[in-house]
Amino acid sequence: MTAHLSRRTLLGIAGAGAGAYLLSACGGDEPTNPDGPQTINWWHIQNTEPMLPVWAAIAKEYETAHTNVKVVIQPLENEAFKAKLTTATQAGSPPDLFQSWGGGVLQQQVDAGLVKDITEQVQPWIGTLLPASVQPFTIDGKIYGIPFDVGMVGFWYNKDLFAKAGITATPTSWAELLTTVSTIKSKGIVPIALAGKEKWPGHFYWAYLAMRIGGLGALQQAAKDNNFDTPDFIAAGQRLKELVDLQPFQKGFLGAEYGSPDGQAATMGNGGAALELMGQWAPSVQASSSTSKKGLGDKLGYFAFPAVEGGKGTVAEAFGGGNGFVVGKNAPASTVDFLKTLLDVANQRKSAATGAVLPTVKDAADAIKDPNSKVVAASLASATGFQLYLDQAYPPAVGQQVNDSVAELVAGSKTPEQIVKDITKVAKSQ
Amino acid sequence: MKLSTVPGQRPGDQEAPSAAQVPAATRRRGRRPRRQQLITIALFLTPALVLFLLLVIAPILLAGYTSMYKWNGFNLPENFVGLDNFTRAFQDPTFLGDLWHTLVLITLSLVIQLPVSLALAMLLNQKLKGRGIYRVIFFAPYVLSEVTTAVLFTLVLSPNRGLGQQIAGWLGIEALDGAVFADPDTVLYALFFVISWKYFGFHMILYLAGRQGIPQELTEAATTDGAGPWQVFRHVTLPLLGPTIRISVFLSVIGSIQLFDMVWVLTGGGPIHASETMAVTMFDRGFRRFEVGYASAISIIMFLISLVFALFYQRYVLRRDTEGALTTLGDQR
Repeated sequence: MTAHLSRRTLLGIAGAGAGAYLLSACGGDEPTNPDGPQTINWWHIQNTEPMLPVWAAIAKEYETAHTNVKVVIQPLENEAFKAKLTTATQAGSPPDLFQSWGGGVLQQQVDAGLVKDITEQVQPWIGTLLPASVQPFTIDGKIYGIPFDVGMVGFWYNKDLFAKAGITATPTSWAELLTTVSTIKSKGIVPIALAGKEKWPGHFYWAYLAMRIGGLGALQQAAKDNNFDTPDFIAAGQRLKELVDLQPFQKGFLGAEYGSPDGQAATMGNGGAALELMGQWAPSVQASSSTSKKGLGDKLGYFAFPAVEGGKGTVAEAFGGGNGFVVGKNAPASTVDFLKTLLDVANQRKSAATGAVLPTVKDAADAIKDPNSKVVAASLASATGFQLYLDQAYPPAVGQQVNDSVAELVAGSKTPEQIVKDITKVAKSQ
Repeated sequence: MKLSTVPGQRPGDQEAPSAAQVPAATRRRGRRPRRQQLITIALFLTPALVLFLLLVIAPILLAGYTSMYKWNGFNLPENFVGLDNFTRAFQDPTFLGDLWHTLVLITLSLVIQLPVSLALAMLLNQKLKGRGIYRVIFFAPYVLSEVTTAVLFTLVLSPNRGLGQQIAGWLGIEALDGAVFADPDTVLYALFFVISWKYFGFHMILYLAGRQGIPQELTEAATTDGAGPWQVFRHVTLPLLGPTIRISVFLSVIGSIQLFDMVWVLTGGGPIHASETMAVTMFDRGFRRFEVGYASAISIIMFLISLVFALFYQRYVLRRDTEGALTTLGDQR
């Protein structure tokens, strides 16, 4: 034990810096008494308006109600959070409550024994949540985290530009989508906005196509066998190539970011493109990154990713994910109780009312204001199956390779057959 | 009058010999440091040494250790794989691409950036109106941080709303349609342009300082002997700028090998890895793919490349310039 500890401590000092080491030194005690004095270290990534003050207020309320508990909040920016969490986990001292998307990264944390199995403790109230939303946080039948937000990816379109191109109905099949894109392009309008610099928006297309062609089973099977070199995945690449060959994306899309003033969301929000494939946060980011700061308002419409002719998947199967919190291995006894408070109906309503969160508690759905978000929430509630984003669902190395490979396909430097081989190679090496 | 200058040695070097250069004979006999002095030396050295060991040597050793493991960064490394990570790096098309990009950037820097800086320095050494203002303007980009520069050029060269786009439009240039960062064929040159824009002022100031250390008499004498401006530059100024040029080349090469922040913010290494550098790949593998062992191996390779280059450069190129300034065997060689 001591030798083990000293090696770890050494690693803590050298690898993660003295800060993480000090943190591990004072975070190691595990009070089992829920009534004793305790401190919950909470890291979240809602580091901006509107959610930042909401979280702070809920924590304050909880401290007032439980005088023995202190909640220390660290709001972090997404990328900074990932880097900081890596160093903290390497030092063997994860925070008590921290952001997670579930899936492959959570699996690694579970394997490393860094997070707590909370299945028993959440049993009384887990039923209030959408079952699909808890799925990414369930590893080998045990629950390690609770989602506070869940959503799905679909096509967001500009009704004005559709009308201008003379399109009256939204496409319901892949062939119709291609026709729609050609029509829009022939009218001199940019059909699709895409952030090529950040590779995750591109991977939505390939993943959704694979889902519609091979069904959810194909994706689960691939994860099990570590094999993506199958006809379904190759077909997904070929369908995506059909779209890419129409050259539907805005100028310079390979260098475009998602949320910058010249990025994918801004191109949509400024009316510079007719379509984007994006998650439930699309309207709010379109608004905040557009020149007018208002986005498209009621000119924005939503439709589900269309079916592919002859495919095994249906339009009712959703692809998406959510944000949640997992509990670190050294978390004090009150942590799960605090998590329960974060997830009670009143607090979920508050979160949903900001427009930045699609609640996971079923009874809080009535707090959603935006009509498009309502459509997304309804589709999610009626979804027959759910697949987490591939770059989160699979081990990180595989997820990032999917993103990289799809980007290569879109840029035209690799073929559909080559990318499934590349992804398989990484998956096999894990 | 004959010109007799020892190349690589600035006039004035003779005037203030450093301690190490004083011939042994002129030193006091029995100058062995006494115990007391040793204690003093130890006292003064300890804090710096401890910091150096803790913040430089220890992480290097740790990275060397973890580079031999297949490790995702959680708990302790257990899966020993020997040199697998290193062989993997040299079979990884992305990493081989990084090496190639680094080579291209170094070459471009030496062939374009430094000569341009030198030419500007010579120009701004002439007596012209507003010389000081030009110097300030050319040096200004260097003061900006890398991230600021990168964000600035993201905006300037933005394909749809950028200033570059506007200017190209006025001039009727279609070729520069602003998507230079979005095209795998042009991104590396665009990146080089931005790096040069930021750093040419720094090299220019170095050369200016070096140029001003050259006594007026020498150039005047050469002119009197009938040398034209080019000959004066070629046979007097350039040789005497030797030490400065050698240092500037060194800084430029090391900077290119370790290039990270500018690329990260400007292109993220894309599109399709066309502008990726070793440091970017290291970050991606370590913090995004959780292949910490592999990332450590890449960092060790970077370290070795820099180290080998630095040692060879010091040994064969900078030897005369740093004699006595570094711990060489100054007078005993």
